[in-house]
Amino acid sequence: MHPMLPGVEGFMYPNEMELQWSVLIVLYPFITGLVAGAFILASLQRVFKVEAVKPTYRLALLTALAFLLVAPLPLQLHLGHPERALEMFLTPHTTSAMAMFGFVYLWYLLAVLVIEIWLEWRPLIVARAASVQGVAGRLYRLMTLGSRNLSPRALELDEKVGYAVTVVGIPSAFLLHGYVGFIFGSVKANPWWSTPLMPIVFLFSAIVSGIAAVLLIYLGYCFVRGVRLDMPCLDTMAKFLFYVFLVDFGLEMLDLVHRNYEADESLKTLNFMVETRLYGSQIVLQIILGTVVPLGLLGLAQLVRLTEAARKGIYVLSALLTLVGIFAMRWNVVIGGQLFSKSFLGYTTYKMGFATREGLLPALVVMVLPFLILWVLVRLLPPMEEAPAAPGRPPSAP
Amino acid sequence: MSYDRRRFLADSTKLLLLTGAASEAWAYVSSGRPEAAPNYDLSRHWWAMFIDIEKCIGCGLCAKACKEENDVLDEPFYFRTWVERYRIPAKDSADLEAEDRPRVDSPNGGIDGFPDVYPDDGAKSFFVPKLCNHCAHSPCVQVCPVGATFESPDGVVLVDKDYCIGCRYCVQACPYGCRYIDPRTNTVDKCTLCYHRITRGLTTACCEVCPTGARQLGDLKNPDDPIHELLRAHKVQVLKPNMATGAKVYYNGLDAAVR
Repeated sequence: MHPMLPGVEGFMYPNEMELQWSVLIVLYPFITGLVAGAFILASLQRVFKVEAVKPTYRLALLTALAFLLVAPLPLQLHLGHPERALEMFLTPHTTSAMAMFGFVYLWYLLAVLVIEIWLEWRPLIVARAASVQGVAGRLYRLMTLGSRNLSPRALELDEKVGYAVTVVGIPSAFLLHGYVGFIFGSVKANPWWSTPLMPIVFLFSAIVSGIAAVLLIYLGYCFVRGVRLDMPCLDTMAKFLFYVFLVDFGLEMLDLVHRNYEADESLKTLNFMVETRLYGSQIVLQIILGTVVPLGLLGLAQLVRLTEAARKGIYVLSALLTLVGIFAMRWNVVIGGQLFSKSFLGYTTYKMGFATREGLLPALVVMVLPFLILWVLVRLLPPMEEAPAAPGRPPSAP
Repeated sequence: MSYDRRRFLADSTKLLLLTGAASEAWAYVSSGRPEAAPNYDLSRHWWAMFIDIEKCIGCGLCAKACKEENDVLDEPFYFRTWVERYRIPAKDSADLEAEDRPRVDSPNGGIDGFPDVYPDDGAKSFFVPKLCNHCAHSPCVQVCPVGATFESPDGVVLVDKDYCIGCRYCVQACPYGCRYIDPRTNTVDKCTLCYHRITRGLTTACCEVCPTGARQLGDLKNPDDPIHELLRAHKVQVLKPNMATGAKVYYNGLDAAVR
């Protein structure tokens, strides 16, 4: 065996020994999942009238934007020729699922998220454009896009358009992340990926991770800013997290049962992989710690009457474990799908670098970046206070 | 100055037409000359390969010649073509599924030959040369986000390295493990079926050096090509037929165990 390639067992096609998609490609579905999930949570209040989660509505939108802005970065870092990335927009290959990324991404960013956020914060932007001086004031004046009309008629129109954008946004969020699942699910050469369930599993796990992330961010925000925590809101989020997680877990188990029952030629190879190389990340992290435990804890909070402090503790722990579990799920899909040979006769190992272009360090930077952006966004567009100069703003439900 | 609607429309139309013509002309100028093969007509060929497993002796000359001809990196994990040795245990009354567990190796792609490591225990053993199958419905071509990899009109799957963005989706999509990223260019690389040779009437480097004639290039559009007789006279199979990729590398004597 070549000294550069330890960790190969059995037979791999020679060109297969090196893994093609690294930890950065693990981050890509993880981050877009958080975006889609956070947006779906926001739409719960706006479209489905779940008023209890209203305190998180604006925070969820900002979270979605912060993560969405970072989503293309891991892909860009991973490309062999990042300078040619624009070719995907200019001369997209119409049969390629991947070529659609740019369009799906831009649609979601520009036609949904930015418009909804702008409409939602417009009263505040207009008020601050008039009152704030300096660079920030100039920024707010730019963000008004020249319209300072806050008449009741204008605000009513904002509300209507915002509602329409959210309605369009729900299928768009589904598209954004279902599409990411399709990129993997449509690779027929890879039995670990190739299943029509993949986009649906990705979607539900996205909603799960988005709710868990916003729940934690909301808690952190309240803690840092000294805002009183809205316990009914937290309880409702936990309830939704529990039910969506149940559906997600059900789908993943369906996939597992289906694979085992159908038992095609890849089954022995994949089972062996799960029992050995993926044991830690799949069985322990994803299924036990990242799914069964948080589901049990969240279920307990649904069934048993607990004190506020106990519920809060349970929610924090469950949300943290959930995020670990969903990250592990992305890892197991992306990395797991490359650990076995397409000859079904051998296995390789993923060796993550540290300060390399696709190593742990850039991955950590990519994960920290959305939080920095969120910090800036929260300062720019405060999620918890109404615009002081917004006269007669109608309630969000028309 | 009056500038009425009629004149505006006329001028706009001229501008649009001229811009289109100019961009066409520029594309023609900037594309450079096609590789010099003056007598080669793309539309009159449809390339395929016939591999006779019964004839392959595992010498690895094909893989070696390919690396030299096409400037493929020396490391043992970059191959446009390679040879695998399969060893399938004999029927065993104590272990009825032993046959399902073939042992396969391909040390340095078979270039240095195969070490004599197996006991003489009656197991079935044979060599399988592998290369890009130049599929007519290539999954690699389907997934390329920018169309940098394409099926040429004469049935060869090629890569435009000036266009490849290095996303590696095609490497994932190839069921046969025939693609890799060339670290010198950070773009994908694969068998071109020695396109620079076959368009000049030569055969591929691997076929050229094969001492037993186990590999033979064939042109399915040429009615006089011997490949027609080979395909007619043998029971041939392609790799992973369930993938429905339209693979055009036909194997004689392919065992069911081969993946």
